[in-house]
Amino acid sequence: MAARVDSLYFFLIGLTVFFSLLIAGLIVTYAVRFRRRTPDSIGAVIHGGLMLEVTWSVIPFLITMGIFFWGASVFVAMSRPPDQTLNVYVVGKQWMWKFQHLDGQREINELHVPVGRAVKLIMTSEDVIHDVYVPAFRVKADVIPGRYTHLWFEPTKPGTYHLFCAEYCGTRHSGMIGQIVVMEPNDYQSWLSGGTEEGSLASAGQKLFADLACNTCHRPDAQGRGPVLQNLFGKTVELASGERVVVDEAYIRESILNPMAKVTLGFQPIMPTFQGLVNEEGLLELIEYVKSLKQDNPNAQ
Amino acid sequence: MPSRTALLPPHHYLNDGYGITSWLLTRDHKRIALLYLAGVTFFFFVGGAFAVLIRLELATPAGDLVNDETYNKLFTMHGVMMVFFFLIPAIPSVLGNFLIPIMIGAKDLAFPKLNLASWYIYVIGSLFTLYAIVSGGLDTGWTFYTPFSTIASTSNVIPAALGIFITGFSSILTGLNFIVTIHRMRAPGLTWFRLPLFIWSHYATSLIMVLGTPVIAITIIMVAADRLFHFGIFDPAVGGDPVLFQHLFWFYSHPAVYIMILPAMGVISELVAAFCRKQVFGYTFVAFASLGIAVLGFLVWGHHMFVAGQSVYAALVFSILSFLVAIPSAVKVFNWTATMYKGSIAWETPMLYAIGFIGLFTIGGLTGLFLAAVGLDVHVTDTYFIVAHFHYIMVGGTIMAYLGGLHYWWPKISGRLYNERMAKVSAVIIFIGFNLTFFPQFLLGYLGMPRRYHAYPPEFQVLNVLSSAGASILGVGYLIPMVYLMWSLRYGKLAGSNPWGAVGLEWNTTSPPPTANFAETPIVTWAAYEYPTTVEGHVA
Repeated sequence: MAARVDSLYFFLIGLTVFFSLLIAGLIVTYAVRFRRRTPDSIGAVIHGGLMLEVTWSVIPFLITMGIFFWGASVFVAMSRPPDQTLNVYVVGKQWMWKFQHLDGQREINELHVPVGRAVKLIMTSEDVIHDVYVPAFRVKADVIPGRYTHLWFEPTKPGTYHLFCAEYCGTRHSGMIGQIVVMEPNDYQSWLSGGTEEGSLASAGQKLFADLACNTCHRPDAQGRGPVLQNLFGKTVELASGERVVVDEAYIRESILNPMAKVTLGFQPIMPTFQGLVNEEGLLELIEYVKSLKQDNPNAQ
Repeated sequence: MPSRTALLPPHHYLNDGYGITSWLLTRDHKRIALLYLAGVTFFFFVGGAFAVLIRLELATPAGDLVNDETYNKLFTMHGVMMVFFFLIPAIPSVLGNFLIPIMIGAKDLAFPKLNLASWYIYVIGSLFTLYAIVSGGLDTGWTFYTPFSTIASTSNVIPAALGIFITGFSSILTGLNFIVTIHRMRAPGLTWFRLPLFIWSHYATSLIMVLGTPVIAITIIMVAADRLFHFGIFDPAVGGDPVLFQHLFWFYSHPAVYIMILPAMGVISELVAAFCRKQVFGYTFVAFASLGIAVLGFLVWGHHMFVAGQSVYAALVFSILSFLVAIPSAVKVFNWTATMYKGSIAWETPMLYAIGFIGLFTIGGLTGLFLAAVGLDVHVTDTYFIVAHFHYIMVGGTIMAYLGGLHYWWPKISGRLYNERMAKVSAVIIFIGFNLTFFPQFLLGYLGMPRRYHAYPPEFQVLNVLSSAGASILGVGYLIPMVYLMWSLRYGKLAGSNPWGAVGLEWNTTSPPPTANFAETPIVTWAAYEYPTTVEGHVA
């Protein structure tokens, strides 16, 4: 991806140099060649030329449309992560980055990933807008409170890369930096297995699910007062309002914090809000737990 | 070509009344223009002083000169001062105010009292914002992004925003005044297609001022409601949307870029025509390009938000529209260049500024294509690449044109000539200083240095040092004109009515012009920039 961005960049550098030199060359040539020789002289009487106007409107139009399609194709590729990604949750807050691996590892201002695998970051903020920017990978995305935004990259070379916050977020904005550590797969495996006492993110979510007594209504057997969550993630559900909505991270988050907003068809709007009871990290744990609820999954109750 | 026997006219707008009230209560558009000149010059140097401190801090990677909180306030106040109190009013309120009535053969603007009121509104607004600065400062960035500005910042958001809110009305009323004046007060025979291109560009600018500015006013009210009364419009914790602010803000602030650059383009058309003694090539295309930019400028705001969680489809639509707005700008550059072909080109100071403008605007415009190309924008947005790009447009474009225009019309405004040699030297210093300051920033941005960083990794230092060195040259370049222009007021040679041998109604009256602009209303029978076979009058 970085190579695709760079080839567009260098093409545009070439274009900029060409047109800048063309204009500068013409201006300087004319300014010298047609300099005023006697104080009273005037320029030639030329009003314009339709053909020239059309030419220098159409050529830039065609060039810019070409660049548009080029830039658009790079962007579309950037916006579509592959099906199989290594997911990492990111929570930004003034002024630090918190990374949460699915296996349970937590990191601050540092993210370890293996080389050669597509990594997808699922990101939100606890306070103001931040932005994850890794210049080496040519990726950047705002991290917005109340939403999940995504960003993916596939590191190709082990090493340590800058991570910057690229959206101004207050006093220590320029200190909200860190690094992405890209490791060989073996090193990554040994890093993963070292120093983790906590269980996986989903199991933490399962515990929270029980602590908050979600399981009294959301039961696996269709007898509960709330919808069954097994095999729900990624499905489309029909709402009481007649709308249809895809169950994604944002929908689960909204349903926990603002349950009345989108009530599933056939259920009473009786769920209380959990606003203030669950923090951003807790929400991510619950989301990951819901994602893990598949029939063949040991976490399924 | 200084005048040999020029005399100061016995009665002109500068000697029509003395004393402070003759200025503070004047309804003469020319005096009001000078009141604005005093205001925008003050804010230019205040904003410039902040820039000097920013560049000093960035000369070293560590944040050692000022602390992070102070640094954030410096770049915020630099932006606020320069954008709202210098760049937006500079050309329209000074040069436009002075020249629009004269160029169309009118005695004054349509609403002289409203014009004076606009200046007072500008001053009152600026006082609120200055108060915000001296009583502790503002740290939100000139962009006031929510929810930082509404829930997190502890700085003086309300007084600063109130100042911008108030000043906006000055902009709206000025735009309104210009539109009515251009429609209703043209001299007999001065049809739309005989108007100088300066008038066309100010007409287009005025449309943006009138239609766009209310949106920023509403947005500021929403920020204040959130901050003071916790409405939660932009607060996700209560169902609000922080990104909504960005839509509203850029719906005004992108067109505001055209408020800054369109009048500059109008100045350049005048300068190129006058110093080539030639009609502007493709007059109608240049005129309609201004309107095209004004209209398309309202449809591209989303290109500021390609990484702000916008949908892919929205990003693609804003990308293609942003490319379209580049075309009328390119058309203008080609037409100015073509105007020089077979001109009678005088290397006077204003023409040096015009040439500088065309070169720098070309680079500024072409680097805009990098940002419109959405896949590439992702990498360079919010880095120094953006900073470099918009300074090429605003400083390399607007300020070069403003200074070029100020030099061109200075003999008309003051009745006197400035020191041509010093003026040329400072124009060259500004050009060199500008490029040394901002060109390295393109490279910094591509290498990944984010903007608004108080401290940065050491590998970025060399380019930052170059940029800071350039800024010191640029600063000197801006101070020199202050000196020789002030000096010329007293000691400059008398200019006579038409020191450049240019056509245009403003050169058909005395320098300085009488309060009523013309002894009798001119009757226009010629097109703009129609040069007679020999030029008379410039040797008064």
